[in-house]
Amino acid sequence: MNENRGHLLIVDDNRVNRLLLSRSVELLGYTVTLAENGRAAMELLRTGTFDLMLLDIEMPEMDGFEVLEAIQQEPALQDIPVIVTSSVEGVDNIVRCIDLGADDYLSKPVNPVLLRARLSASLEKKRLRDEQKTLLRRFATSEVAQDLQEIGFKLGGRRVHASILFCDIRGFTAISESQSPEDTIELLNIYYTLMFEAIDHHNGVVTLMIGDGLMVLFGAPQPLDKPAASAVAAALDMQAIITQFNDEQARAQKTEIQLGIGIATGEVVAGYAGTEQRATYTCIGDKVNLASRLESHTKKAACRILIDEATQSAVAQSQSCRPIGDVKFDGFSNSVAVFAVDSP
Amino acid sequence: MTNEVIDKAIYNELKEAAGAEFVLELVAAFMEEAPGMFAELRTALDEADVDGFRRAAHSLKSNANVFGAHALAAPARALELMEVSGDTSEVQQLMVQLEAEFTRTAAALENAQDE
Repeated sequence: MNENRGHLLIVDDNRVNRLLLSRSVELLGYTVTLAENGRAAMELLRTGTFDLMLLDIEMPEMDGFEVLEAIQQEPALQDIPVIVTSSVEGVDNIVRCIDLGADDYLSKPVNPVLLRARLSASLEKKRLRDEQKTLLRRFATSEVAQDLQEIGFKLGGRRVHASILFCDIRGFTAISESQSPEDTIELLNIYYTLMFEAIDHHNGVVTLMIGDGLMVLFGAPQPLDKPAASAVAAALDMQAIITQFNDEQARAQKTEIQLGIGIATGEVVAGYAGTEQRATYTCIGDKVNLASRLESHTKKAACRILIDEATQSAVAQSQSCRPIGDVKFDGFSNSVAVFAVDSP
Repeated sequence: MTNEVIDKAIYNELKEAAGAEFVLELVAAFMEEAPGMFAELRTALDEADVDGFRRAAHSLKSNANVFGAHALAAPARALELMEVSGDTSEVQQLMVQLEAEFTRTAAALENAQDE
């Protein structure tokens, strides 16, 4: 009988009801936390992890309707299934609960057999949703996953103001030829872990991973206040992390790596491209090409981070940038001003 | 519905599902909480607090139903649904009935424990 796992939050202002519900739920093998009103429940939801909430409607301070409304405003709480348990009068009130996002309704006093069935059904649904979400997160960044969950999947793009960052390990082909495939993959995995941490920290979205190369978008799908500043800050963090990593590698007499990073800022088209069956979140525009060219140019210019003029003017106040002159890139009709960002 | 103060079928079901010892605990909790609910009813009536009155009546109804105390639940439900904002004679009558039913229910729950 005690095979069920799950942590439930029971919210009821009435002590007799709380005792009885928690007893019924514990007999089914679940663990229970109790809250006496909606406000206490919201605090617990924000700080703890719960698999399901059993929610009363008539409560002082913050009633069940208000709890359901508050949950709708907080994306982080929306995955917790809510079963309303109440003896509230009128079908209208039950409909209102369902409209406000409750999964189910059980009238009080709660029938133990019904309770068991509803709990296991709701928890099973949650388990499947969690599994899907984990899968989604593995193949898409959390921003894209959030965008998909909120707005849904739709092919097509929209114009956004964003910064694009390209990053590449210099001479990676030579590195991979000089060591075993296992060592190369291990090196790549460490490299990606470190880079993703710096990128996530500055709200960048990785839209492309090819070999040792990364393309990162700042400002879509979630808009950012200062996409250029975020991109440059991420680039500096990435270089700082790699310097640290190289110190460790040197001590262990292992291969050190050098990064080249290019950043361009401007209007791009971002969205889902592909087919209904297989698509990716990406962005296109000449700024994307420019960022890629800037990244390639780091080698020739012997700089670690190169940025275009739009990025430079957006960060000029807080970041010193060194002009390295105009460069005529392949595929661009005019030469463009290029700036180097030096690590502090 | 029966004429018993406590619906034995419901009461026994509760005992079977939750355990006899736990039901003792539950009855004790109800006995401790009920005076507070009656006090809330009276305060809400004095202060013309419609929501507070409805909530207190709702709580009494809901707890009465747990034990199968239909005769106690009925006036509580009537008061819950009335949108009470003043001390009318109808409210007075229901309050008297509610208190009388509570006394009978408390006694019946006491007796049920000895069975």
